[in-house]
Amino acid sequence: MRLMEADWTLPQPGWGALAVWRRNLRVWRKLIGPAVVLNFGEPTLYLLGLGFGLGAFIDTMSGMPYLAFLASGIIASSAMTTASFEGTYSVFTRMDVQRTYDAMLATPLTLDDILAGEMLWCATKAGFSAAAILAVAALLGVTGGWEALWALPVAFLIGLCFGGLALVVSAVSSNYDFFNYYFVLAVTPMLILCGVFYPIEGLPPAMQAAIQVLPLTHAVALARPLVAGLPVTDVALHVAVLVLYAGAGFYLALALARRRLLV
Amino acid sequence: MTPIVSAAGLVKHYGGFTAVDGVSFDIAPGRCVGVLGPNGAGKTTTLRMILGMTPMTAGSLSVFGLPMPAAGRAIRRRIGVVPQADNLDPDFRVDENLEVHASYFGIDAATARARVPELLAFASLTERRHARTDTLSGGMKRRLTIARALINAPDLVMLDEPTTGLDPQARHVIWSRLSALRARGTTLLLTTHYMEEAERLCDELMIMDHGRILDRGSPRELIQRHVEPEVIEVRAGDTRRFAALAERHGCRLEAQGDSLYCYGHESAPLLDFLQQDPALVYLHRPAGLEDVFLRITGRDLRD
Repeated sequence: MRLMEADWTLPQPGWGALAVWRRNLRVWRKLIGPAVVLNFGEPTLYLLGLGFGLGAFIDTMSGMPYLAFLASGIIASSAMTTASFEGTYSVFTRMDVQRTYDAMLATPLTLDDILAGEMLWCATKAGFSAAAILAVAALLGVTGGWEALWALPVAFLIGLCFGGLALVVSAVSSNYDFFNYYFVLAVTPMLILCGVFYPIEGLPPAMQAAIQVLPLTHAVALARPLVAGLPVTDVALHVAVLVLYAGAGFYLALALARRRLLV
Repeated sequence: MTPIVSAAGLVKHYGGFTAVDGVSFDIAPGRCVGVLGPNGAGKTTTLRMILGMTPMTAGSLSVFGLPMPAAGRAIRRRIGVVPQADNLDPDFRVDENLEVHASYFGIDAATARARVPELLAFASLTERRHARTDTLSGGMKRRLTIARALINAPDLVMLDEPTTGLDPQARHVIWSRLSALRARGTTLLLTTHYMEEAERLCDELMIMDHGRILDRGSPRELIQRHVEPEVIEVRAGDTRRFAALAERHGCRLEAQGDSLYCYGHESAPLLDFLQQDPALVYLHRPAGLEDVFLRITGRDLRD
């Protein structure tokens, strides 16, 4: 098949990835106003609205106040959506619409560098968004303690995981509308099903088993106890799942992007 | 002296289509080499292969004596590229475009910032250094792209149709800048389908069609080799009697629409004849590259 004809040479990203990352950071800094509004505004609305609104009916969930339950879940889901949006709409704009990658490929940068830089940037933005939510959660007094800061590297890893998957989608996309498939069929179901808003133990057993293959389940399982100050279980498993998705996503995205751009 | 580019038997297939069909050439340092060819001749694909942006199906390529694709990064470090389609970064201002592009070469920020004023002056864009790129005219964008291609002080600059779509004023500015680069000893490789551009700028031309190099030489050599020195174009009037006379005279005739092209050596008697008939509208001129180009690649449309 055509996929077999792609260039599956192992990725060899170099320091050039950091130049790509810095380029994105420089653009982000120009647009810091809207970025801060988005990073702080949205989660604050969620936490205040859902946390207090639903929290009035729900006393505690999984042994913690609902607001703490929700805040820790949203840190994971927001890392997912932030990386997913960056890796689809923004990456596609640079890859296709603005031809930024064409300009980069005429320099010592390789596609390996470019996609690695993009993935690092997706993870960085996921970290920014997690930091904003963590700050709001801390102000509301629902974080466990300083250990909650561990949620930041976890959010970075979640960003790598979903950034890699989003790059795969961008590499095969012919236009922006294509992303609807990914968001409706993958991102939104994970947001609903993977334990962000309620504990997955309430789901039917078959469904609980099925969502174990979804990365957000493991992201939430890591982020929640860290934020709430509870012991984390199965760290190696959760980290391994996220790393595996990140690595496989990057490799597949790179092969597909080579097929698309290096023709 | 090691050639800047040395290509041997380059081939590129896209499925069943052959874009480049066994092309071999050398480019000597300090030369300006033009690749002339109709749309789809394989010009852009050849440039992309030199950059390592298009993997070759067969053949071998060395640039600066280094093997492509194995030494891709090292080769691209010494090349500047002006692509056919504008790919300036719309997220940045004019000066930032140069700084950010420099960072892709691993040039540190202070060095890049120090180079920017000179490059902007070269591109006559100093006044617009803080402008957004989407507010620039087509000519300004192309000049900025040329400035960007020089950020790494390249030994080879490759330009893909550098003046396509520009007005005459903008085109002349670009030509003067490219002449200045040539005078500095930078090797230039450009594609074009403007004969005037090729004739003005290039020391050497390669005429490409259907993925092959059909001939190669200086503009003057190509003209001498392929066409007679004088052309008479008869554009209106009854050309039958003139055509008969021209044929007796040993001229080569070509018809295109209502025009008749007469290629020959001694045109004086023919011009006498044309002057006697006021209904005949004609143009007498020395043969040029365009005549060579049409002779070699034919007059059929390519789109």
